[in-house]
Amino acid sequence: MESLKVRRKSLIWISGLTCNGNSHSFLSSSSLSFDAFLNSVNILFHPALTYDREFKDIYKDILEGKLKLDFLIVEGAVSKKKTKVYFQGFDIYEILENLKNIAEYIIAVGNCASFGNFPALYSEDVVGLNFRFNQRNGFFEGDFTTKSGMPIINISGCPAHPEWIIKTVLSLSYGYDLKLGSLQRPKDFYMYLTHDGCTRNQYFEWKVEAEEFGTKEGCLFYYLGCRGPLTHSSCNKILWNDKSSKTRAGMPCIGCTEFDFPLRGKYFETKLNIGIPEEVPLGVSKRAYIMLSGVAKTFTNHRLKGKLEEAD
Amino acid sequence: MVRKLLKEKKREEIVKVASRLFSERGFYNTTIPDIAEAVGMSVGNFYNYFESKEDLAKYIMQYSSSILGEEIRKISQMDVSTKEKVFLIVRRFIEIAQERPELIDYFLRIFLSNREVFSEGCEGFLCVGEVVTELMLFLEEGARKGDFRQQDFFPAFVTIMGPLGGLVFLKGEGILPKNPIEYANEIGENIWRALKSDEKV
Ligand code: SF4
Repeated sequence: MESLKVRRKSLIWISGLTCNGNSHSFLSSSSLSFDAFLNSVNILFHPALTYDREFKDIYKDILEGKLKLDFLIVEGAVSKKKTKVYFQGFDIYEILENLKNIAEYIIAVGNCASFGNFPALYSEDVVGLNFRFNQRNGFFEGDFTTKSGMPIINISGCPAHPEWIIKTVLSLSYGYDLKLGSLQRPKDFYMYLTHDGCTRNQYFEWKVEAEEFGTKEGCLFYYLGCRGPLTHSSCNKILWNDKSSKTRAGMPCIGCTEFDFPLRGKYFETKLNIGIPEEVPLGVSKRAYIMLSGVAKTFTNHRLKGKLEEAD
Repeated sequence: MVRKLLKEKKREEIVKVASRLFSERGFYNTTIPDIAEAVGMSVGNFYNYFESKEDLAKYIMQYSSSILGEEIRKISQMDVSTKEKVFLIVRRFIEIAQERPELIDYFLRIFLSNREVFSEGCEGFLCVGEVVTELMLFLEEGARKGDFRQQDFFPAFVTIMGPLGGLVFLKGEGILPKNPIEYANEIGENIWRALKSDEKV
């Protein structure tokens, strides 16, 4: 494909320590959104998408001021030390140092670039762009901001949802105000919990629990470890492939948008103490949660007892 | 405000008298006029406080549960070891049983024996939610800290409530040779040993 022209804003996408899952995710966006994206954004370089110009030439042009850089997208964790992580033959350390005052916006895409994620477990110097887990001691420390005045924008997720990436970039290119939460994620996508909009909400309310993966019935919280009520994401509001989500398909949410994703382990288990969940949905006290679930369990919602296909 | 407080006080008085009467005579043999008379109020006035005998019966359970729940909550929040909390809960339960024998009798003789009265609006944990919730929180915290062994909730729950219920039952039957409180430490020790994790002493 030729580099995509006719765009108002320019973008380069670089990758550090990554499985490229966010690139895959990005490429799975709906054709409608992707079209809108390409109409507004000029992708100067993406390792899996553009091929007409080499990175080194584009990089040189940007450094020499011949090309303006609006968006620097980083996928993957990086290192606070020099000569550790390379991209297209350049030390990522240097790329980031050189572009930090040139790019209008720097966006961390995926959990590795946002929080360090799994790669950070292996070495103290491996970090996200602004954070290492939930500490602001990433590659850029403290209250670092880019030319636009915005801090690093984190689009967390393992991987990030393609629509969150696309809509964040588009919102900024259209000049919309982007509200960020405390972990610098756009509120538009992360003010919701995975639980919001899950088709299993009634099962959650009435405490009817699934014991197997992949069924249409039952809530996945108690036996299968669903993190929906504790995870900020709009997976059940903006569906994947416009169609579904993990929890809708019967796979528990594993909390991949949160900084502690790699720290938790046991992804299919809700930690119980004497049968009582150690963590309860965000926003309620354990007392309130236990009280309410006790009441819910006392009653039966007959619709939720059998197979949905057979229910009236 | 004062009116509300007065009303609350009166309700408590009715609970005290009614739970005693119910336990002595049985639920069906106790009538609203009996209760009104024992409290010293008119039957008409009784209905300002409770809609029916069933309504009163359920309220007594909720009332007892909130008293006991509140006590467990206080102990749970104390800055002492889980083991000490077990002993304190046992002791406090026995004390309440002595201070308010009518409530415990009511639980044993009415609540457990006349389930049909409680089948609507009081089923499951609905009227005893506070005690159960506080015990859940207490057990969860103990297990989270590694003081209690992991297990299902219900075996742990009956391990606490069983001996306590048994003790007050024996007391009610008049066959306990000693004052119940004198057994508090031994029962506390039994419950602790039954629940604790293997590493704990
Ligand atoms: S499956 Fe998960 S997200 Fe869905 S209702 Fe249950 S807890 Fe919430």
